[in-house]
Amino acid sequence: MKQFENLESLRLGTGNYKTRLGKKFMKRQPYKPADPDVVLSLIPGTILDILVKPGQVVSKGESLMILDAMKMQNLLKSSRDGKVKRILVSKGDKVSKGCVLLEME
Amino acid sequence: MALNKKIRELHEKREKLLLGGGEQAIEKQKALGKRTARERIMTLLDEDSFNEYDLFVEHDARDFDMDKKTLPSDGVIIGSGTIYGAPVAVFAQDFTVAGGSLGLMHSRKITKIMDHALKMRMPLIGINDSGGARIQEGVNSLAGYGEIFFRNTISSGVIPQISVILGPCAGGAVYSPALTDFVFVVDNISKMFITGPEVIKTVLGEEISMEDLGGARIHSEISGNAHFFAMSEDECFEQIKRLITFIPWNNGRKARPFEPGEPSPEFNIEKIVPDDPTLPYDVRDVIRAIVDNSDFFEIMEHYARNIVIGFGRMDGKTTGFVANQPLEMAGVLDVDSSDKAARFIRYCDAFNIPIITLVDLPGYMPGVDQEHAGVIRHGAKVLYAYSEATVPKITVILRKAYGGGYIAMASRHLRADFVFAWPAAEIAVMGPEGAANIIFRKEIMSSDDPDGMRRQKVEEYKEKFANPYVAASRGYIDAVIEPSETRKFLLHSIIVSENKTIQMPDKKHGLPPF
Repeated sequence: MKQFENLESLRLGTGNYKTRLGKKFMKRQPYKPADPDVVLSLIPGTILDILVKPGQVVSKGESLMILDAMKMQNLLKSSRDGKVKRILVSKGDKVSKGCVLLEME
Repeated sequence: MALNKKIRELHEKREKLLLGGGEQAIEKQKALGKRTARERIMTLLDEDSFNEYDLFVEHDARDFDMDKKTLPSDGVIIGSGTIYGAPVAVFAQDFTVAGGSLGLMHSRKITKIMDHALKMRMPLIGINDSGGARIQEGVNSLAGYGEIFFRNTISSGVIPQISVILGPCAGGAVYSPALTDFVFVVDNISKMFITGPEVIKTVLGEEISMEDLGGARIHSEISGNAHFFAMSEDECFEQIKRLITFIPWNNGRKARPFEPGEPSPEFNIEKIVPDDPTLPYDVRDVIRAIVDNSDFFEIMEHYARNIVIGFGRMDGKTTGFVANQPLEMAGVLDVDSSDKAARFIRYCDAFNIPIITLVDLPGYMPGVDQEHAGVIRHGAKVLYAYSEATVPKITVILRKAYGGGYIAMASRHLRADFVFAWPAAEIAVMGPEGAANIIFRKEIMSSDDPDGMRRQKVEEYKEKFANPYVAASRGYIDAVIEPSETRKFLLHSIIVSENKTIQMPDKKHGLPPF
């Protein structure tokens, strides 16, 4: 039998296999459920305007801020009723993807 | 004599046009490690076989001072020739002429040779090296692309279409290669993307180099857009020529047969596969132990390596191979490997190439990323492709075939014509451990020694069900064979399937889970 290098263990439902692991598998991110208490930027862009203040009570669907991205003014809306705890960005800020913009409580 | 003068005139005109964008531009092209468009065609085709058309074509654009510019042959060379005697139609974009940009006449030359290839039912090879649309020609340039894409689609499955990316191929232009059967790329030379690094930076603020975004390696390993990767243009042309020997000229023919030859004794089929189903081996060695002259031509070698696809010959006849690869990701089916296998199966079916499937897989890949990436619809492509294929389908189960993976990998139930299994094959609804845990849950839970009991029950299950005989007793497997008998059985199957005929219900077209 041939001997192979770079073998790792891969545990699947049907057994524990000796095999090589692919690049994509190595780079995959563990799944994290969405946190209802934070508003993230889903695309990189610029904060055009902030429509709420810390401590303000907002209802589901209410506009929180405007993110200018992909040649569009994207209205970011609250996914639930609640109170704005903290705003982590200012008007004019450039934000990257996945950046926390606002925290709710 | 007057005729001599005319002939001299022709020679002068030709000579000028054959230089394309001129010596300076040619030098620039060469400095990048690239051949000129004409050299590429000459390297690819049989010597003296190229007949060029439309050398004298000129654009008639007027806007933006274009009327003052002459672009030799409008930046693309078209014609036909032969590769090892096989007729092929070729176009090659000439980057030395206005950056190989695509204007109306440029596109008309390409569509002319495409129409010609379809009419003559011969393979089409397109060499792409272009900065993109010729902006000065506006919507005419877009019309040109559209006409090319339409023809790519209509010719799909009728004549083989090969795209060679030997320079930039960006924006809408990428859709022509994407619609063709095989895409060839060369390290450091090929660049393919819909939107380039500049746009990505402006719009999204993400910085990336051209090479990391859409270089040859990315498309060969990550995106799956390319099928063949080469380190140089010369190596790339050798790959194309080799591919041409394996495929038929059109869908009404079979590939040309070769002189059959025995596999090399270097590949001893009895010594490749370990008994323990969790241990790896290189399934390509099994293929090499089976095919004529151990000559296996792998496709998409660097992408989704957990499945292996490619061509070999059995009794001199081109045969497509699909094989799970236990050496990579345990050989699981996942989004990428399903996609890779399904497209190849459909290729073989479209071009009358029998398919041999070698099965050894633990099942589908679990994971949130897989489920969210649509492993259901991608996995379904494999089932669809095998079920709809009417070419001879021959399956050998080498070791494990569990659950949905067993069904998907060209099982009898998807109308494999012949299904063989090696004596160590385990064909079961799931792996022995999982099955024993469910079936004997009560016994295991109520035992004083649950672990011992589990081990015992797993052994019992293995003994009873992890073998090929249950499936064979139902006729799902035609024969349990020794590894050393594999080539004999496969040769026989290929020979008796020569005139396979199947009647499928009439339909306009099916709806594969694209």
